Amino acid sequence: MSSQPTERSSRSKNLPAGSAGVLDRPEEPAAQLNEDRDTLVNIFQQMLLIRRFEEKCAESYSLGKIGGFCHLYIGQEAVGVGAISALRPDDYVLTSYREHGQAIAKGISPDAVMAELYGKAGGCSHGKGGSMHLFDADVNFLGGHAIVGGQIPLATGVAFASKYQETDRVTLCFFGEAAVNQGAFHESLNMAQLWKLPCIYICENNMYGMGTSLKRAMSVQDVASKACAYEIASESVDGMDVMKMREATQRAIKRAREESLPTLIEARTYRYMGHSMSDPGNYRTRAEIEKYQERDPIKIFTKTLNDNKILSDKDIAEIEAQVKEEVEKAVRFADESPLPDPKELYTDIYASPIS
Amino acid sequence: MPVMTMRDALNLALKEELARDKSVFLMGEEVAEYQGAYKVTRGLLEEFGPKRVIDTPITELGFAGLGVGAAMAGLRPIVEFMTFNFSILATDQIINSAAKMRYMSGGQFKIPIVFRGPGGSAYQVSSQHSQALESWYAYFPGLKVVMPSTPADAKGLLKSAIRDDDPVIFIEQERMYGMKGEVPEDDDFTIPLGVGEVKREGTDATIIARSLMVPTALLAAEQLEKEGISCEVIDPRTIRPLDIRLIVESVKKTNRAVVAEESHPFASVGAEISAEIAEHAFDYLDAPVKRVSGADVPMPYAKNLEQLAIPDVAHIVAAVKEVSYV
Repeated sequence: MSSQPTERSSRSKNLPAGSAGVLDRPEEPAAQLNEDRDTLVNIFQQMLLIRRFEEKCAESYSLGKIGGFCHLYIGQEAVGVGAISALRPDDYVLTSYREHGQAIAKGISPDAVMAELYGKAGGCSHGKGGSMHLFDADVNFLGGHAIVGGQIPLATGVAFASKYQETDRVTLCFFGEAAVNQGAFHESLNMAQLWKLPCIYICENNMYGMGTSLKRAMSVQDVASKACAYEIASESVDGMDVMKMREATQRAIKRAREESLPTLIEARTYRYMGHSMSDPGNYRTRAEIEKYQERDPIKIFTKTLNDNKILSDKDIAEIEAQVKEEVEKAVRFADESPLPDPKELYTDIYASPIS
Repeated sequence: MPVMTMRDALNLALKEELARDKSVFLMGEEVAEYQGAYKVTRGLLEEFGPKRVIDTPITELGFAGLGVGAAMAGLRPIVEFMTFNFSILATDQIINSAAKMRYMSGGQFKIPIVFRGPGGSAYQVSSQHSQALESWYAYFPGLKVVMPSTPADAKGLLKSAIRDDDPVIFIEQERMYGMKGEVPEDDDFTIPLGVGEVKREGTDATIIARSLMVPTALLAAEQLEKEGISCEVIDPRTIRPLDIRLIVESVKKTNRAVVAEESHPFASVGAEISAEIAEHAFDYLDAPVKRVSGADVPMPYAKNLEQLAIPDVAHIVAAVKEVSYV
């Protein structure tokens, strides 16, 4: 099998010391708005919905309504929304435990996501998965996986199945940059290229694996360049720009659908909150967070839409109100949803139980 | 009924199931072009082609996880570990993904996958290549664990495992691939999972054995018969779910139980069986349950030490005599 031509990052392999974040990238022109208004508005609305949803999660967590670990997506919305907006409904998404936003973007209702976080029967995993294990087979959202990097071989297998079944469905696999240090990442990329699988690996590089910065954990911090070891096409994208994420994903989808080839996309992003709700974030400064917040994906996209006369201030206020109501409705649904029946403790263990 | 080796019986099961269902595929190290490290997959590449019989890189975590993902998307993978020793690298995907996916998704996904390969003691390959891991896998709800002891059982159980909608750990005994026995030719011959079998009827003591310990127990029973002790030999065949009813019924009849296994004694499947006998048949016991286990040491290389580490006929005979107070 001859190796396919690949696109590689032209950047140097070692980024400047100190930081490898999105702010260190040379200023690039914003992505062009080549999409119809409905698509753009929908993308905006989803990002805003996820932001407000996550803010509500933080509040509900503090009130004790959400238990366990709760990893918020605030700051990273452009990555999930931009990438998933490029998919067809029959395409698959697998991701990590920071997945509320991606679950909503793939089509799980905020009601079912919030109810899952509340541990209720109406949750998308019927209260058995919680924040880190959201699933919905109907929208091809295949989890929510909580061992760092665990979803990467799984996604590779889902892509393998699509190819085996001779469909042109593609699989998006999200993971944080810390997962790149796991063997599972390298084992998967090797197989994906060896067997030419339609899997798109999206590394959300938010620069911290829990409290350990990228520079303290990764010898070569240019994540996109790791694809070279497998001759997989890769690119590094401004993950704070939702349209750039969408376009990069569209390029990868084309490659996956038409040539059955994998891609690695490194999305440079930043999370504003702690690793989880229990993380006070003492490993970074307020000033650092504020610096990244100036590149806030929603702020940037709002301005772009406003400047291009796609959305007026009034439109934006209306969408804000609508999103707020949607989140309130999700909370009401979660509150009112019953707890799982105690009998559910012993269901769903086996598909073919043996008495 | 034709007589064939355990190896050929397994091969036949794979061949029949690959022919029966196009969503079944086989992957693992050396399963295709090399024809299998133990030749269990001989001829399958030629018959079914490289799409369905796939050589993998040496990347156990990766291909185990790939198999689970493929199962989530509707395929029925058979993942061969060249030996179960190497499955240790894949345990995250077997335990955290395969075993739990159905439960943590609220029943939305089934994972019809078989992880199979040789396990238990091998011949003089020392600690890392010679060990019994069934108690690890049997510990987890969501997994089924199967260990055949005859060629016919191997065929019937493997076919059931492949048709089953849950993840099945199918452990073949490395020393038993050459063992011969009668095997039904019927394409639809299956043995249900979770159902044990009385391998020899007896009245004075019950020996519960699995895998390699079954033929060992049968030899012990033959010897004990000559000495006037009639042993019943029970093979649960499936470790999880365990056919405890069959075991308990036998113990209630014989009032004495010996559990023979190759694995280390601590927290073993034998420990579980002993506990269950104590729970369900305590009042019927005329002696404490006796366990015969592999030595509680990493497997040594030297032949004499290795022999000492694996239970043999004499160990089982002695144990039965002990519970019989003779």
